[in-house]
Order: sequence, then structure tokens, then C-alpha cells
Amino acid sequence: MEGNQPGPPVDPLTGVPSGSSGTDGGPWQPPGSFGSGRGPRLLSGGGRRPVVISTVSTLVVLGSLTAIFLLAPGSRAVEHAFFSPRDMWRSFIGNPRQGYYSVGAAIWLNIRMFLVAEVLILVLALVIALIRQSTHPAMFPVRLLSTVYVDFFRGVPLILVIFAIGLGIPALGLAVVSSQSDAVYGVAALVLSYSAYVSEVYRAGLNSVHQSQTAAARSLGLSRWTALRHVILPQAVRNIIPPLLNDFISLQKDTALVGILGTIEANKAADIYSEQVFNFSSFTVAAILFLILTIPLARFTDSLIARDRNRRLAGGTA
Amino acid sequence: MNAVSRGPGPGAGSGGDPDPGGDAGLPPQPEGEAIRIEGLRKSFGPNEVLKGIDLTVTTHEVICLIGASGSGKSTLLRCLNLLERIDAGRIHLWGRPVTGEGVNSNLVRRYIGIVFQSFNLFPHMNVLRNITLAPVKVLGTPTAQAQEEARALLGRFGLLEKQLDYPDRLSGGQQQRVAIVRALAMKPQIMLLDEVTSALDPELVAEVLEVIRELAGGGMTMLIATHEMGFARDIANRVCFLEEGRIIEDAPPAELFTNPRDERTQRFLRRIVEAGRL
Repeated sequence: MEGNQPGPPVDPLTGVPSGSSGTDGGPWQPPGSFGSGRGPRLLSGGGRRPVVISTVSTLVVLGSLTAIFLLAPGSRAVEHAFFSPRDMWRSFIGNPRQGYYSVGAAIWLNIRMFLVAEVLILVLALVIALIRQSTHPAMFPVRLLSTVYVDFFRGVPLILVIFAIGLGIPALGLAVVSSQSDAVYGVAALVLSYSAYVSEVYRAGLNSVHQSQTAAARSLGLSRWTALRHVILPQAVRNIIPPLLNDFISLQKDTALVGILGTIEANKAADIYSEQVFNFSSFTVAAILFLILTIPLARFTDSLIARDRNRRLAGGTA
Repeated sequence: MNAVSRGPGPGAGSGGDPDPGGDAGLPPQPEGEAIRIEGLRKSFGPNEVLKGIDLTVTTHEVICLIGASGSGKSTLLRCLNLLERIDAGRIHLWGRPVTGEGVNSNLVRRYIGIVFQSFNLFPHMNVLRNITLAPVKVLGTPTAQAQEEARALLGRFGLLEKQLDYPDRLSGGQQQRVAIVRALAMKPQIMLLDEVTSALDPELVAEVLEVIRELAGGGMTMLIATHEMGFARDIANRVCFLEEGRIIEDAPPAELFTNPRDERTQRFLRRIVEAGRL
């Protein structure tokens, strides 16, 4: 925050001209000598050396792991049970006449559940976080309620919540509420559970914005809400993108739990295949599909963070 | 470094309305009393920071508040902007009470701008948006017009080429000048400056003081908490010395700095002189 003008590079502590500290210790070496030179000097000649080292070490590590797997007594059995190409392909495309579903098609349900749940979680969690951050006395009952909510849903295992919603709500026999599909109940359970976590992430983000920002916004005449909306929240959200993404990667995977209600999502489809054919390669397919989903999300968030930082550091004009 | 543009611009005589295109939707701005503070008290927990402040500020007057850190200068300014809830006493703005129940603090803050020691620019917005946010959201100024007015102000203070930069990219002095412009964009009648140069590198102090001088020259009513004694002597109509939450002495600078009456003021000024700051 202090004004570091591109002015004179004053060094108030030492007064020693900068850049002269590299000659500590040993005697000066002529540029050509490799005698007692330490690491960096040797490597700086060609940029290829580090690449070679990292490639070799990667090959050694991967080779060792492969060797351990191949040399294990049961490796052939595991390979057949989990990595059979034929079973992987068959479970991927599915065959309803044989009594099993396509894992590749079922993953779309996971994606849809994830997308719907994500939007709802972002909204509900924000509402809860704002309620918990409120200070007005009249808000006390709601504040208490949301505290209880967060404590409860962070404490109860997600799988129990899914069971409770997915089996309990239909049993109530209510008009519209009780006649939804299992996927809807699954999404509801995911939203309830994850909102509790994500509201805490929001709260951390809101607290990470210094109070002086609120003071500055309010001093300009902005209402409490406008200050929150335009000044505090944008900064809070920027600060919590990485943990938020972390929760959403977790959410993508946890859509697989909805399968316990009988919904044919990827994990359930893989489960059915394995029961029909007695081969677990279908689970490997599901695992690969989940990986394909989560990795782009991680990269996307990295790029968001980088873009935001670049924009702020680079400024608008030269 | 940017020189502050002075000269025969719209600065002189614009008073509480720094922008030439200012409108007349503002409260009565008579000559005479602008702020009247009576028996103002403020505590933070068990710590009473203000112990009964009485002060009247006349329109176009520049008052400097001096005193050691913790003497209550900043708290007094924050109370005036209604950023702090006061415990006792009254504040009147143009004769109307602004403390107590039923006061629209957002309305009051439109007329009283405050600038902080730590700038407090919004880091996620560029300079232009920092300045136009409040006029657009609070006053309902159309965005294009708000930007036009912001550019006029930026130009007046030599900051026009920074309009698209983000605060991170600016020097402390530039940030503080933008913060002043941001407050001015609301066309306040009164400006409160809370140690606005205290967080700056010494070589950046002058550019900010220059901006304040121009505001004073334009007739802006100002309350300035400052440690810059030389500046206070130059610019103030009155200087108030605070100690332990009370105004100990309130006098024109020529009198207070050369011939302080109260023994506590004398002691404070002696320390300032010994530190080479006066």
C-alpha cells in the first residue's frame, strides 16, 4: 500500500549497493571454470538439463509402480477385474437388453444434478452467510436458525441426508413434494448439505474484506445493501474462488451418492454392470469420467484467478 | 510525478460544489454555521475516547485538529460522518440535528465527504469506477454523466491518465488523490480529512497537500485531522488541539502555534518542535 513510485531504489536498511551480495564466501571464479562451482552455475549453460532430470525421475517412479503392480501375485486377476478393455467398453456404451445401463450416458445425470445443485448452493449458502453476518437484533431468531442449520448439516453424513430426504419425503404423501423423482431428492439433499459448508466459505470471504472497505463505501452514502453488493461481495468472492472450487469438485463426485436411491447415475450404472457381469471395469470407466469432469474445472478456476490478478497488476493503460 | 493542475480552472469560487455542472438539489448552504457539535461523547468499551466535544464550524472555514495519536481526532471525524454511533451529545448540520433516531445517515453522508488515512479505494474497481460508483448508485446520476464529471475532477488534479488503472498500480499519493476525488464526486458541502498524509512516503505528501490547498482556496468547508503542523499553520482558519478526548485549545493558527495559552498545548508543541516537525 505504501507508495512505491518507480523512483530511486533507496535501500534504507543497509545502504549497500544492491546486487553486490552474490560474491559472498568463496573466491571469484572466472566464467569458464567449472571447478568448485555450485549447482546453479553448472546448470545455467543449457536449459535442457532440468527437463532431462525430471523426465528420467518420472520414468523411474512410474516404471517402479508399474513393476510393483505387474509383479504382484494377483496382478493378472486385478487387471482382468478392473482394467478389462472389453468390459470397459461394454459398460461405457451399455446394453439394456442384457440388463445393464451405459455408464457414459448415466454420467449426464451426474452433470445435470451437479449443475442444478451448484447454482442452488451458491444462492442458499450466500443467504445463510449473510444472515449469520447480520447484526440487527430483529434478525436474532433467523440468525439462530441458520446457525443450527449449519451445525446440523455439517454434522450429519451426506449419505444419511440423502436417505432421509429420498425415502422420507415420498413417504409423507404430500401433493407435489412427495411425487418427485429420486434425482430431485438427491439434489435437494446435496443442496442442504453443501450449503452448510459453502456458507462458511462465504463467511470467511466476507470477513476477509477489511472493515475499512465498508466504512469507505458507507461514507460515500451507499446503503448497507449497495455497499455489500458492489464493494464487499465482489472482493469476498474473489478471495474464496479456490476453496469454493474445491467444494464443487467434491460436489461433482458426491453426486455419485445419489445412486443409493436407485437413480441410474454413473456410479449406479457401473454397479449394475458389475453385478451382471462380475467385472469391476465399469467402475474404472466411471472413475475416468469423473476425472474428465473435475480436471477442467480446476484448470478453469486457475485461469480465472490468473486473469483477475493480471488485470489488477497490469492496469488498464500502459 | 504529477504536478497538480492549478491555474484559473473551475477551482476558484466553486466552494462546496467542486464541479461546474453542479445542480441545486442540495440542502440549504447558508453562510454561517455549518456544523455544531455539543457535548459529544464516544466510548469504545470501557475506553472513553471523546469526553465532551463542543465545536462549531462555519461554512468555508478550514479547521485543523491536532494532537497526539489517540487524542480522539479520528474518532471525532468518524462520528461526524456517522460512521460511529455516539454515546452522548448532539451534532447539528445547518441547524438540523443529525444524531438520534430517524436520521437518514446515507443522506447526511452525501453532504459530508470523508477521506481516510489508508485511502480505502476499492481494489477491484478501476479509478473511474471507484469515483462513479457512489454518484451512480446514490445520486442516480447517469453513468455517462458521472464519468464525464469524474474525468473533469481527475483532470483538475492531474490524474486523468490514471482513470483506467486499478488502485494497485498507483503510488500512495496518487491513491490518496483519487480517494479525495472520489469523495468530491458526491459534491459534498463539507470534507473531513483524517490524517490523509500519514500513510504516505515523505516525498508524496506534498502532492496531496497541494490538492487540499486547492480545495481550501475554492472555499470548501473542511475539518482536517493532521500531523503536518506547518501545513496546519498555513491553511487553517482555526486550529484545535485535542488531548484525551477534549478540545484543549481552539484558536487561529498564528495564535495557537506562537502563543499557546494552555500548558498542555505548550507541552505538545514543544515536543513537536524538538522532533523537528514545526
